[in-house]
Amino acid sequence: MPDPVSNYALPVLLLAAFPFIGGLLRGIDRKITAHMQSRIGPPILQPFYDVIKLWGKKPFITSRLQPVLAFGYLGFSLTAAAILVFRLDLLLLLFTVATADVCLIAASFNSKSPYSHIGGMRELLSMLSYEPVMIMSIISIYFVTRSFLVGGMFSLAYPLLLLLPGVFVAMGFVLIVEMKKSPFDISASMHAHQEIVRGVFTEFSGYTMAMVELGHWVKMMLILSIMAYFWAPNLLIGAGLALLLFFVSLVVDNVYPRLTWQRMLKTTWTFGFALILANLAALFLLGGV
Amino acid sequence: MDIMNKARVKSPWVLHFNCGSCNGCDIEILAALTPRFDVERFGAINIGNPKQADVLLVTGPANKRNFRVLKNLYDQMPETKVVIVVGSCGSTGGVFYNCPNVLGGVDKVVPVDVYVPGCAARPEQIIDGFILGLQKLAEKGKKRVEGKK
Repeated sequence: MPDPVSNYALPVLLLAAFPFIGGLLRGIDRKITAHMQSRIGPPILQPFYDVIKLWGKKPFITSRLQPVLAFGYLGFSLTAAAILVFRLDLLLLLFTVATADVCLIAASFNSKSPYSHIGGMRELLSMLSYEPVMIMSIISIYFVTRSFLVGGMFSLAYPLLLLLPGVFVAMGFVLIVEMKKSPFDISASMHAHQEIVRGVFTEFSGYTMAMVELGHWVKMMLILSIMAYFWAPNLLIGAGLALLLFFVSLVVDNVYPRLTWQRMLKTTWTFGFALILANLAALFLLGGV
Repeated sequence: MDIMNKARVKSPWVLHFNCGSCNGCDIEILAALTPRFDVERFGAINIGNPKQADVLLVTGPANKRNFRVLKNLYDQMPETKVVIVVGSCGSTGGVFYNCPNVLGGVDKVVPVDVYVPGCAARPEQIIDGFILGLQKLAEKGKKRVEGKK
């Protein structure tokens, strides 16, 4: 007999909390980054002020499709989050995230701005760098759990991390690319001190930018949650692990300069694939699967 | 104060435009972003994109070469917005006053809300002017809401 509270009420609550926790994490991110640079930094609620303000500003819409695509980015990100919290298919989740990204890229090509175009192309390149690593990670999870369902991660006797530490670290690369942090912030970054200015975000303004920002928080939370599921039965320890990797990504962001896209592809593919393949090889040799 | 206006005041994203200044004021503006003065405390970010900016920070006198660029940037900024001029040159033309290629202060081209005089303006002055600009932003936001009603 399925329990209605843990099967429906809790996931819905978690889904509703996703953007809020994501926004808080962005605020903590900016505060920690400021402290690393010996500044005081903005208040932790700053990302919420930003989004509310953007919502109230008069938007400049470049095409009729642009608001639809911005909403698509947020909507597909939320759908992917729903797939995760209701413990459905991991592959479906991956393709939904990719669709959200495609919405963002299509919106960036939906104007005549060259900055927006170059940002869109670079966003495609960052997709090219992390999607294969994500697919390999999910296939490795399949080898251990024998199921593509998120629920499979919960049915193991011991945490997934003990079997797949290499995959966990490879997901760290995905997190940094997904959060648009240095050294992989080639398509856009929060602080526009770059030659491509705001990259994919250039043509968004007003409420479309607010929706893209919300979608970005949800996507960041999505990757962090998948990482938390690596310690599946006990999600508190899992959340701690995910936050640890979040902190590591902030340190990396502050230490490294931005790489070129060629270096980004080489880094994520060589390190990501090597970690995952070595992990799988060790599993097969030791007979863990 | 309604929540939208509060958020507006707490999150001023800055577009910095150098209209042919000697870089003295620009260096002071960058000093305001560094750890010592840290304007990100007030939520300010140097965004570099007019479509998402709230505050246009201009240095240097308006001249015949770049006044179209200045006008274009101002027009590309969506409401609600304020313009803050930093330095004597931007305020009145300064030492370039009456030069054949110079139009004068920035207010000859776009409406200016706050003037921060000085050659170069000190970071403390810039932050003071910035806070004054935020008050103007709140007033404009209120007017915009009332206009809608």
